Amino acid sequence: MIEIVETGPFNTVQDLGRPGYRDIGVSASGAMDPFAVRIGNILVGNEEGAAGIEVQTFPFSLRFDRRTVFAVTGADGDPILDALELLPWCAYTAEAGQVLQLKHPPTLARAYVCIGGGLDVPSVMGSRSTSLRGSFGGNAGRPLVKGDRIALGKSADIAPVPASGLAVIEPAVALRDVFPDLVDGTLPVRALPGGEHALFPDDGDAFWSQTWKISSRSDRTGYRLSGEPIKPTASIEMRSHGIVPGVIQVPPGGEPIVQMSDANTAGGYPKIAGVIECDLWRLGQARIGSRIRFVRSTHAEARAVEQAVARYVEDVRTTSEMVKRALRAMA
Amino acid sequence: MIATLNNHMPLREIVPAAQGRARVSSIGARSFLLEAPGEFDLAAQRRIWALSQTVRGWPDIAEIVPGMTNLLAIFTEAPEDPDTVVARLLEAWGNARSIDLAGKTIEVPVHYGGEHAVDLPALCDLARLSDREVVRIHHEATYRVFALGSAPGFGYLHGLDPRIYMPRKTVPSLKMAKGCVTIGGMQTGVAMLTGPNGWNSIGFAELQMFDPTSPMPAMMAPGDTVRFVPARIEL
Repeated sequence: MIEIVETGPFNTVQDLGRPGYRDIGVSASGAMDPFAVRIGNILVGNEEGAAGIEVQTFPFSLRFDRRTVFAVTGADGDPILDALELLPWCAYTAEAGQVLQLKHPPTLARAYVCIGGGLDVPSVMGSRSTSLRGSFGGNAGRPLVKGDRIALGKSADIAPVPASGLAVIEPAVALRDVFPDLVDGTLPVRALPGGEHALFPDDGDAFWSQTWKISSRSDRTGYRLSGEPIKPTASIEMRSHGIVPGVIQVPPGGEPIVQMSDANTAGGYPKIAGVIECDLWRLGQARIGSRIRFVRSTHAEARAVEQAVARYVEDVRTTSEMVKRALRAMA
Repeated sequence: MIATLNNHMPLREIVPAAQGRARVSSIGARSFLLEAPGEFDLAAQRRIWALSQTVRGWPDIAEIVPGMTNLLAIFTEAPEDPDTVVARLLEAWGNARSIDLAGKTIEVPVHYGGEHAVDLPALCDLARLSDREVVRIHHEATYRVFALGSAPGFGYLHGLDPRIYMPRKTVPSLKMAKGCVTIGGMQTGVAMLTGPNGWNSIGFAELQMFDPTSPMPAMMAPGDTVRFVPARIEL
């Protein structure tokens, strides 16, 4: 069991989502930074898709009621176990009764708490993610509140983790060559032109060249961007069609919306572009008020990024298994 | 990249109707949307159903999402060469023969009028019909589920009588109740979630049409026939 000791609104149980049901109108949901969930789970010895907690409002604390391995990934900032400052992207062992606290991260948006065994909430339609819109999944289909108690699954390896922790070089650092850094405080987000790109004048220049701000009307469903409105040369009515996270739609007001993890399954606004899947985690870590810029990409580049991510994940898995085997041998 | 995509199709004709060729565009690197040319009708949708069956079986497909005379194909990974994917989809579309899905018939009891029918007076004005006529026209028609989407279990229904078409609202109702029987343009449906909704409500249905814990969570499926049965008319 863990018990939620303090939490802001909209912190939820998430895993890698429930894809496969968009054809009956069910959003995939899942972590806004799935990369952090995968790595966190590997560190604590879980399957990549085990459920953890997505913390997007701080401070947040929980109490462990049994000895367990855990890791905090995603956002920057140091988690605190009782009075001890720890590192993010690092697995530790917590003793029964200890309290883990997460303070507001310095720059990023979302932290993930992954715990050995995963959160044992019921799997609904193949996932433990909270569907806020449908009010199902996760912890009773709703955000966490103070006093919530959540069971933990059986940990496959109540893993020997070194007392000093088992750390990984976080993706943003390890994959620096693959994920370009901020430029003057602006996050570059790679995207491909979408179905109605040609409706926007000058090859979409007004969209690609300006810096957009993530407005306060942004959440897990989508980011509304503020900036100089962009207008298509003709207004059209599209028939409803399937959409996925990353699609950049331009509603009549001209300020784009990027659909995120809780994306609707269908849409009809003109699509100027679509964020490449491998950059979605970075967007998921971009905070309200921060600035982004879209960079025109290609399928080939997106594929190269996917492969680099897969290699990194595989590397983390192999190394962490090796370390744990060695520790077990020494024990 | 998109310039090469254009070699395969008339991407510049934006309105997905008109001429004879389907249009394929991408969303991100893994998803491709094929839009059928021509009218918004059952014939086009039957070919989309056929295309769905074909594409669903491809080994590199993660998920498909049939829409209204279109199909979103989500692949497991980004292709090296999108032109190949576009060509495969267009070829599959070319080979897609109209099929009819053997759907079930769902009868939905409706309380027409009353407190939830907030847009019925405006529809009567628009259609220049009495509320009694609007209700009769709505429940006498037979509808087909074209596709599901937008909300869990929500079925887009085709078959609305053109006399009671009503455009979506430019300013949505902020809190329309789950169960409202609505008209959006040339489509009708039953609201599945309480919340903002741009469609026009003319009645209310109690029937539960989505249960996430069931092995078949959605009651409706593409191809089903839907009839609205007046349980009560309160005008």
